[in-house]
Amino acid sequence: MDALIPPLLNGSAQGALLLLAALGLSLTFGQMGVINMAHGEFLMIGAFTAYLVQQAIGSGDLSIPVALPVAFIVAGLLGLLLEASLIQWMYRRPLDTLLVTVGVSLILRQAALQLFPAQGVPVKTPDWLDGQVNILGYHWPMRQLFTVLLAIACVAALAAWLKYTSFGRRIRATVQNRDLAETAGIPTRTVDRLTFFVGSGLAGVAGVAASLIGGTNSQMGTQYIIPAFLVVVAGGIGQLKGTVIAAWVVGVALSCFAYWTTGSLAQVLAFILVIVFLQLRPQGLFTVRSRSLV
Amino acid sequence: MTKLKPWLSLIGIAVFAVLLLGVAPLVLTDHWLSNLGKYCCWAIVAVGIGLAWGRGGMLVMGQGVFFALGAYSMAMHLTLETAGDGVPGFMVLYDPLAPLPAFWEPFRSAAFTLLAIVVLPVIVAGLLGYALFKRRVKGAYLAILTQALAVALATLISSTIRETGGDTGLSDFKYFFGFVLRDPANRQMVYLIAAALLVVCLLVVWQLYRSRFGELLVATRDAEERVRFLGYDPANIKLVAFVGSALMASIGGAMFVPIVGIITPAEIGAAASILMIAGVAFGGRASLFGPVLGAMAVGWGQSSLGSTWPDGWTYIIGLLFIVVILFLPQGLSSALARLTSAIRSTGERPAAATAAPELEEAKS
Repeated sequence: MDALIPPLLNGSAQGALLLLAALGLSLTFGQMGVINMAHGEFLMIGAFTAYLVQQAIGSGDLSIPVALPVAFIVAGLLGLLLEASLIQWMYRRPLDTLLVTVGVSLILRQAALQLFPAQGVPVKTPDWLDGQVNILGYHWPMRQLFTVLLAIACVAALAAWLKYTSFGRRIRATVQNRDLAETAGIPTRTVDRLTFFVGSGLAGVAGVAASLIGGTNSQMGTQYIIPAFLVVVAGGIGQLKGTVIAAWVVGVALSCFAYWTTGSLAQVLAFILVIVFLQLRPQGLFTVRSRSLV
Repeated sequence: MTKLKPWLSLIGIAVFAVLLLGVAPLVLTDHWLSNLGKYCCWAIVAVGIGLAWGRGGMLVMGQGVFFALGAYSMAMHLTLETAGDGVPGFMVLYDPLAPLPAFWEPFRSAAFTLLAIVVLPVIVAGLLGYALFKRRVKGAYLAILTQALAVALATLISSTIRETGGDTGLSDFKYFFGFVLRDPANRQMVYLIAAALLVVCLLVVWQLYRSRFGELLVATRDAEERVRFLGYDPANIKLVAFVGSALMASIGGAMFVPIVGIITPAEIGAAASILMIAGVAFGGRASLFGPVLGAMAVGWGQSSLGSTWPDGWTYIIGLLFIVVILFLPQGLSSALARLTSAIRSTGERPAAATAAPELEEAKS
């Protein structure tokens, strides 16, 4: 049990963080076919927002609850700006959105490096998040539990938004058949923008969670973007439940591999795991049945 | 390019070869010749990226992996050559009695090293490409998976300090297959080898592009399904291009080591792999000379601007990506082609250039 439960708990938190990072990607990539490589930098912006909020109102109990919506809005607005300035011109060129956003991510990273100290900034954990909870006799840091709960809340909110609101219906309609949706009077441009706003905003929320667990610096985006993409790919494009399961599996696998071997070997093993998995299910965990020629 | 007569490209290669092999060693200082050699190495990698991405439509964002295979094979051999019969210095640093790791041992042999530079990337790219292409992994998936591999490899090398030198990498090579590397004449020889290999790579892809295989590769890029219906297996066609590009990346990496004198994980990770892409995108991914000239321009920019003004250089590379991809998706060479065809357009067909309709869908 000693070799199983700690990595399982730790891995669940890691998976939750990955899930938060992947949620926005799953929305923009899955629903819109846009590959946003700057998503990791939006996450970084969320983390820096948490720091700035703490600078403004102090690192009291309220700092994190305030930082979450602020980070959502800041990252979301930046995403909106990115969509309006660059991405809207290239919806039919997915690989090119990937390259353009690589350029954006380089610029954002460099800007962060110049605006903030190179070694990063500390985001202080409020007292109520600093303790530990007892799970089956093992101590689980409160921060990790918080990340898991936050991820669950975000997934629930996103799923409900997509399923029950009229806007969610419009998004799904636009994704399924853009031309038909337009004919039916759905303002697809507005749908695109709002989807991008929410997707990017979720990266900001992920950044706040990441600032509590890892470091907050200009390089943190690169650390999350590749695993998050692997999670989206392994889960199946545009499949929320697939993303959730894949995030948890990859998080636990990374944690277990790191526990049994070393952190860097764990990354290689996780990568091999995803490749092997894609051999078995090239379309990911859950797929939309389609008769289109691949 | 518009359908230039094949011999025109051949003349281009010949002029390029004369400039690189004949003129450059005469007019450049040792310092700049060595820099040019470094750009040649990146250009070799770029020719491979042009083959896989420009012609084959496979955006590989992890060429650093294959660059590393060649570079570390070469670096291990040169390190052992310098160490003589002993164990390389950095290994002894941690444990004076440490034996040489088993996988280093064969690299004592020059023949094995040269073989490894060629065979290792073929095996790795062959297995990876087979696994991915047979399952029809493509487009953004391929880009992300290959980049993940580059990140994983760089992390792995960073963390194995005792076996690979970790973040400090391998350096301080004294000999290159028996030649003293400090000697300017020998350094010139190493440059000439790199430049000659670049010319050879250009000749190879020139021949490939005008062969039936080249036609099939472009057909697979533009309409994979139709190629399949015609009875060809697109996976095999892509595999050949992918392995070819990996081999060129490995050769570029192998020559990089004696010219630059150091190899570290920073030269192979995500950032380095992206920089290799930048040059190809800038020059023109689908043309013959675009990747070479683009890679050399980016290499030059990095060593001149990057050293004096590193902050600004990152912004420039970022902007380069945005501007080139947004306005000139086929790179500078397409702009040139459009310009020349505009000048001599006398009612002929407008230059469709190599406009590659990006048929791959992100959701495919």
